[in-house]
Amino acid sequence: MPLIKDGKIAQDPWIEAAPDAALPDVDALLVPYAVWHEHRETLMKRNGRLGVRLAADQPPQLIAGDLDRLDLVALEFPTFRDGRAYSYARLLRERYGYKKELRAVGNVLRDQFLFMHRCGFDAYAVADENLAAEWSRALAEISVVYQPSTDRRRPISSLRRRTPAGPGAAPAPKSGEIVSSWAY
Amino acid sequence: MYRYDEFDQTLVDDRVEQFRGQVQRRLSGALTEEQFRPLRLMNGVYLQLHAYMLRVAIPYGVLSTRQLRKLAHIARRYDKGYGHFTTRQNIQYNWPKLYEVPDILAELAEVEMHAIQTSGNCIRNVTADQFAGVAADEIEDPRIYAEIIRQWSTLHPEFSFLPRKFKIALTAAPHDRAAIKTHDIGIGMVKNAEGETGFEIFVGGGLGRTPVVAKRVRGFLPKQHLLSYLEAILRVYNQLGQRNNIYKARIKILVNQVGIEAFTAMVEEEWQHLKDDALDLPADEIAYIKSYFAPPSYEKLEGEDASLAEKRLAEPAFARWLLTSLQPHKAPGYAIVTISLKPDGGIPGDATAEQMEAVADLADRYSFGEVRVAHEQNLVLTDVRQRDLHAVWQELRRHGLAAPNVGLLSDIIACPGLDYCSLANARSIPLAQQITRRFADLDRLHHIGKITLNISGCINACGHHHVGNIGILGVDKKGTEFYQVTLGGSADENTSLGEIVGPAFDEHHVVDAVETVVNTYLEIRKNGEDFITAYRRVGLAPFKETLYAAH
Ligand code: SF4
Repeated sequence: MPLIKDGKIAQDPWIEAAPDAALPDVDALLVPYAVWHEHRETLMKRNGRLGVRLAADQPPQLIAGDLDRLDLVALEFPTFRDGRAYSYARLLRERYGYKKELRAVGNVLRDQFLFMHRCGFDAYAVADENLAAEWSRALAEISVVYQPSTDRRRPISSLRRRTPAGPGAAPAPKSGEIVSSWAY
Repeated sequence: MYRYDEFDQTLVDDRVEQFRGQVQRRLSGALTEEQFRPLRLMNGVYLQLHAYMLRVAIPYGVLSTRQLRKLAHIARRYDKGYGHFTTRQNIQYNWPKLYEVPDILAELAEVEMHAIQTSGNCIRNVTADQFAGVAADEIEDPRIYAEIIRQWSTLHPEFSFLPRKFKIALTAAPHDRAAIKTHDIGIGMVKNAEGETGFEIFVGGGLGRTPVVAKRVRGFLPKQHLLSYLEAILRVYNQLGQRNNIYKARIKILVNQVGIEAFTAMVEEEWQHLKDDALDLPADEIAYIKSYFAPPSYEKLEGEDASLAEKRLAEPAFARWLLTSLQPHKAPGYAIVTISLKPDGGIPGDATAEQMEAVADLADRYSFGEVRVAHEQNLVLTDVRQRDLHAVWQELRRHGLAAPNVGLLSDIIACPGLDYCSLANARSIPLAQQITRRFADLDRLHHIGKITLNISGCINACGHHHVGNIGILGVDKKGTEFYQVTLGGSADENTSLGEIVGPAFDEHHVVDAVETVVNTYLEIRKNGEDFITAYRRVGLAPFKETLYAAH
């Protein structure tokens, strides 16, 4: 599956272990949470990099204690309508301080890139590599934001407060002005 | 009222272009209908029985006359000359063409309006008391916080794909006109023992298939924590709300399953991490938003206007209209005027382009250029001098907008029903029309007094039938339209859900059933008590008896 990072198609070094097969001997091994849960001790002892894939009903609390050892967390969108992973992503970044790759996998579509990015995802496994060209466009579509989120963009409220001459281009009207501008 | 600054405007303009791109990708086939569906829904575009429907947000029900004129223009230019005001302080257009929707949105953006999040599984248009800012009984203007919530919830990156739709309502008066306990989150402004104003938070209310009255999660929340607390509730819900069954996906089901204590504990735990951080509302941010809601410069007037008393005596029709249409205003000599969109035989909540323009003209001339939309599907002029009431009434009469029935039986809340809606079991509009015709006699209507009658075409309850004093629900019996009647519902601070009286009535008998209910009430009424008080005193039994006695 093509992988988008920083708006470009990126090489994906990660090999995903199948649930019931033997663990392949590779440098960057991604395992489903079930495998992680069962073979945690063995996996921890490996030399290579490790990643865990969480299904939509597996909250990040499950791996919160192991994040130091992980270089990849993949969060699954079984369908784009299932938005649990947005919360998981923010929790990983903001609460558990996870700084390595956070990958959106599953039903990852263009019109969700902006939200995913804002919640802390930095890698996207997509079905169609043409989406890489769309990535920056999708992110630029909405140029201002109202909420503080993982992406640390300044929300509108803080931009307003920063504007030295008060609330920007359209200052709050005084009550007298309301009357004169809206009445005949 | 709130005015967009450059940032607000940029966001809405960006959104229009984004949607234009999405529509283009849909029309070119780059997006499947399945992929396009949630995108159009997040911009208020539904596919109905006959055509697309566009739902435009009127945040917390506040409109400038410039905006109302734009809504009239859109009705005329892109629709069939009218619009439908809904119970969620939105307006719906029933006949737009998909390829024209981006143009409509661009026109709306010109007047600081949008259709963002008027549908879809996201935080919907935030609603509030339609008399906010002017009601004599409120403790603070809830519009300030409604606007803050509007901004925070707009394109929220974490909460745009919730298990199900999410509705927030606010009131700041002890008498709840915003039906906050029927919302996913209901917010009431209250004072604590120290005299500080803050929020009482209710969660898990809702109608639909499983009607539930919201439960209290917090008795007092200081103002600066509003957004962090809401974010905590939403985050718990986003993770734990059911996603595999659309009928169990609302937050009310989650709250009922885990219990309000456990739910509160989860929210409080989450909130400990979020409070006193980036979502904190500094006093200057509140003050900034508040500055937009400064009261207009009211004339210094004495209490009741003398000329009003004279005209009231001279013209009984005017007196009758005054009786139902006015609410006490906090400024002496002023009145709040509710304009009924429920004329005899009319479609509840519908207004023609001409009517919208007439109301806009009146608001400019007599009410500081502001109009409100009430969840009862009526319009409101918030600041009319009492001495202007007669002129306003005459003008309203000329436009068929002076029905003296606000709060009375024919002030019916009704959803669009089978005439428009693909989910409906039965028609709502023709039934509402029949009822208003049956109860057209004004003496009788006023004699019956205060009562609410709500009609939904199916169990989704867009017409709020569960909380109508009389509720009517369209049900389908082997392909025939039937109507189930409930009694005793109420949507105010004493919210209660109606009880089903018994077997449903067919379309030929349901209006008779309403009449029987009303006559029974008149029989048992004591000391002029209103319907709901009488009902709470006697219960369902006497009504059941008269309704089914003959059968
Ligand atoms: S209550 Fe049912 S019929 Fe009425 S508008 Fe809602 S979904 Fe449609």
